[in-house]
Amino acid sequence: MKKTVRFYSGAELVGKAAIDAGCSYFGGYPITPSSEIAEYMSIHLPKHGGTYMQMEDEIAAMGSIIGASLTGAKVLTATSGPGFSLKQENIGYAYMAEVPCVICNVMRGGPSTGLPTALAQADIMQAKWGTHGDHPVIALTPAYLEEIYEMTIKAFNLAETYRMPVMLLLDEVIAHLSAAIELPDKELMVIKNRRKPLVPPEKYYPYDTAYGDVPPMANFFEGYRYHVTGLSHDKTGFPTTDPDLVQADQERQIRKVASKADEIYDYESYLMKDAKIIIFAYGSTARAARVAIDNARKLGIQVGMMRFKVLWPLPEAEILKICSKAKAIIIPEMNMGQLSEVIERYAADRTKIMRINHVGGVPIHPTDILNVIKEVV
Amino acid sequence: MAFEYEKYLRMDKIPHLWCPGCGIGVVLKAMLRAIDNMGWDKNDIAFVSGIGCTSRAPGYIDCNTLHTTHGRALTFATGIKMAKPAKHVIIFSGDGDATAIGGNHFIHACRRNIDMTLVVVNNNTYGMTGGQHSPTTPIGYKTSTTSYGNIDPTFDICLLAKAAGASYVARSTVNKGKVLEKYITKGLEHKGFSVIVATANCHTQFGRKNKMGDPISSRKWIETREIPLDKARNMKAAELEDKIITGEFISEEPEQTYWENYNHPIHEYTEAYQGIIEKAQKKSEGENK
Ligand SMILES: Cc1ncc(C[n+]2csc(CCOP(=O)(O)OP(=O)(O)O)c2C)c(N)n1
Ligand code: SF4
Ligand SMILES: [Mg+2]
Repeated sequence: MKKTVRFYSGAELVGKAAIDAGCSYFGGYPITPSSEIAEYMSIHLPKHGGTYMQMEDEIAAMGSIIGASLTGAKVLTATSGPGFSLKQENIGYAYMAEVPCVICNVMRGGPSTGLPTALAQADIMQAKWGTHGDHPVIALTPAYLEEIYEMTIKAFNLAETYRMPVMLLLDEVIAHLSAAIELPDKELMVIKNRRKPLVPPEKYYPYDTAYGDVPPMANFFEGYRYHVTGLSHDKTGFPTTDPDLVQADQERQIRKVASKADEIYDYESYLMKDAKIIIFAYGSTARAARVAIDNARKLGIQVGMMRFKVLWPLPEAEILKICSKAKAIIIPEMNMGQLSEVIERYAADRTKIMRINHVGGVPIHPTDILNVIKEVV
Repeated sequence: MAFEYEKYLRMDKIPHLWCPGCGIGVVLKAMLRAIDNMGWDKNDIAFVSGIGCTSRAPGYIDCNTLHTTHGRALTFATGIKMAKPAKHVIIFSGDGDATAIGGNHFIHACRRNIDMTLVVVNNNTYGMTGGQHSPTTPIGYKTSTTSYGNIDPTFDICLLAKAAGASYVARSTVNKGKVLEKYITKGLEHKGFSVIVATANCHTQFGRKNKMGDPISSRKWIETREIPLDKARNMKAAELEDKIITGEFISEEPEQTYWENYNHPIHEYTEAYQGIIEKAQKKSEGENK
């Protein structure tokens, strides 16, 4: 099998991976720094018979991918900060109606128009709590170009497997970085598709829990003629206000991810074996942290890193273990401490959390991290 | 022989949630007769709606049905139609749903001229939320948020649709179910984006605030305000202030003058996109040679 090495940008890799994963519909609206993904899709999707739609705004883009997904298409949208905000109501709809879709957010500084062209990791909490109400969350945070390809495919697989929106959070620098990349063999990639009903239409319920926490999903126009609503519904898909049914449905939706968290979360351990000081990082800041760790090791400091490739859900048990052993946990983030707040809850009084928060658009430098490591020592 | 509505309804969902005598039922019946006229397979039809009393209609129809978010029905519908261009996509929307919160999607769906049919039930108010004023509440009328009389100028949904590029646009009222059926059928037959406005009574909300709290007096109000398009053409704007202009605003034949033909669509969108796919594939064959 001949491997092809080619120059790709992060944005192109999202598009390429999406098409390789079977994506056939993209709905978008231009916004810096994510527009390159839309541009890639507008050129390449029609070559594969797929559809690129530039909608009138991000709300429309989000609605359109949900509609397309209901017909059986794998779907993608890509946006940044303000557009991510606009999409939120319809993202909630996709959670409630359990419609698979992938939402790529190339993060930029906020709030509001903020820093359109600058690096930030400011939307990790919005990816979790952006829409109203409770729902499960899966968000991926690749740090390297190769990882963007693999994790975009993974995002589609997770969306299809769990019948829900999956967030792909990219740092601006990674989306815009270009390098020669050797892509994995397409034939060897695992591609997952949503589970379709095995029962005939008259026995089909769109939210039938008899098959587990992720009900099989029929496509529109294939004879099943079911109803989809954003209202709380029973297993038939029709609205209900029965407190027990609504409670059970919300619990199931949370459970469908929570019970499989150990299959979903993904992290890289870097020099963790003997580490006394631990860095928690994700995305591009993890790359600075890695350099800082290498430099600290040269000074004989025992420091390591847990890098979250999947940010939500987090590996809770592992984090708790680290919290009770680590001398300190350093969390560099391009926001005001969104992950730190979560980790502080796990840590309680067991260890010290050191925050490094940059929101000016300038990347956190390895020296910034090394200085905090030295401070702990 | 009486029309068998049961053939298209989810009978286990009846009784419906609408107030007795609500105009939406008339529009639903006209719609069911229209799809029967088309002879389409129920499996090939998707009904999409937003939020509101009107938007509850798809739940009663035995097709693929999608009850979306307020104002956004056309966006979901666009995704469905673009993913499956050979299938039939029909949208139900209220006046608020289609022209207030969904106004942007409305004009852009018209502009793209995608082969879908939108039925707007215009009851001049936000029925579901308790009768607040909408973009079609006439000047001077009372609603739960215009106790001193409405001062917001109104949209004429048909003129808006036409100017934005819809290629079949018509309006009738719930007093004329047969005409509604005819217009909806023509909309379904039409290749392109069609908009049919059905002026309807919401006696419970709009009617009650304006001394016509029962279906009969509300429908009388509609009846006395109806003016056929041909007659309206020669009337002054002030004379048409709270009138309901009915008829076909644009149909198959493109009209002649620039003003009448403004923004007449040059193609249907799904067909045009098929052309894009062919171009892209030709280019990619060239690259792979
Ligand atoms: C984002 C959002 N804003 C507001 C509402 C509340 N809301 C529900 S229905 C409705 C108005 C419905 O009016 P219309 O579209 O004319 O439909 P009708 O009930 O008159 O048929 C509003 C404002 C909502 N559901 N979602
Ligand atoms: S509130 Fe108005 S629109 Fe809604 S069901 Fe009653 S009469 Fe119809
Ligand atoms: Mg209304």
